[in-house]
Amino acid sequence: MSSKDNWKIWEIFIRSRNGLSHKHVGSLHAPDAEMAIKNARDVYTRRSEGVSIWVVPSEAITASSPDEAEPLFTPSDDKVYRHPTFYEIPDEVGHM
Amino acid sequence: MTKEMNLEERFQAYVDGENKVEPKDWMPEKYRKTLIRQISQHAHSEVVGMLPEANWITRAPSLRRKVALLAKVQDEAGHGLYLYSAAETLGADRMDMVDDLLTGKAKYSSIFNYPTPTWADIGAIGWLVDGAAIANQVMLCRTSYGPYSRAMVRICKEESFHQRQGYEILMTLAQGTPEQKQMAQDALNRWWWPSLMMFGPTDDNSPNSAQSMKWKIKRKSNDELRQEFIDKTIPQAEYLGLSVPDPDLKWNEERGHYDFGTIDWEEFYQVIKGNGKCNKQRLRARQEAHAKGEWVREAANAYAEKQAVRKAKEGSAA
Repeated sequence: MSSKDNWKIWEIFIRSRNGLSHKHVGSLHAPDAEMAIKNARDVYTRRSEGVSIWVVPSEAITASSPDEAEPLFTPSDDKVYRHPTFYEIPDEVGHM
Repeated sequence: MTKEMNLEERFQAYVDGENKVEPKDWMPEKYRKTLIRQISQHAHSEVVGMLPEANWITRAPSLRRKVALLAKVQDEAGHGLYLYSAAETLGADRMDMVDDLLTGKAKYSSIFNYPTPTWADIGAIGWLVDGAAIANQVMLCRTSYGPYSRAMVRICKEESFHQRQGYEILMTLAQGTPEQKQMAQDALNRWWWPSLMMFGPTDDNSPNSAQSMKWKIKRKSNDELRQEFIDKTIPQAEYLGLSVPDPDLKWNEERGHYDFGTIDWEEFYQVIKGNGKCNKQRLRARQEAHAKGEWVREAANAYAEKQAVRKAKEGSAA
């Protein structure tokens, strides 16, 4: 019945206003980047949610695997000396 | 086998800790399948849900009503797209889902198989059908699957306007001429019971609910949500000066809830089976829309290919 389309999946990132980063909002299908931006406008910014759109083919994203989460992220858990509260500064010194 | 068991136990503990499951995380196959079925049916419902209302776009009584209805119907299309995307994160294929809808293999919410013969139906749909959908969707904002939950948050933000525009339509009719008020009452009479059916069978007849609750895909049972909806809606009906078509409805002081009459589940199952007033019409409308859009999809593909070739040539010339 329906012909299989070969439209790629695009990940959509929107900057809600200048001064903020683009943020991932979801994905959609489109035949090319130009159409992806047009579709993203209709799908993700119907209520003035954005001033700028990035579209990235999903296949271009390389993601870390959840299985590697432990070796990737736990090493930073025990490095409390990377946080300011690790260091004791007398109150008299004031805000630092 | 034991390894699988361990994984499932760990998964359950993870979900019990109110943690969200993301696309690449390990999940039981049945969790994935349940979600794909539920999210795709939800998406189909948004898409088919455009049809009963689209019926009135060209005949909306004023420009104000027309732009609102257009915006609402456009939102429903958007909601369908958010949901298809969420299902795709689980490995479902978009075109397979669309095919399942067009061939009649997939289900969608039965409510959309009821007709919209009068303008008051547009009011009743916004108020009751979207109201019932909101009750369900607010709960789903806290579902355990991350992408589904995020889609629901977006959808809930947008749905509130839908319900208000519907209620405003009925309010205008209810405060109008006796004929207009009657039209509003008639719409309420026809949409009340089907709206209550939207929450699905009673808890003791809903075999898959327990597992969905355990996995925190659902957070409240069908009966809980239905009761919540009734309690919220009755005062709104009273404000309109309209009455719901249920002689058994009355406030139960002890329970702190409204008691209500028995739902005609035979009707519910008949409509699911395809014997509702508009099942065939809805499916045919979707099939036609898809077929008529064929040339647009082809043109978009041809244009994309042409642009890609042109870009490649410019690249090699430079």
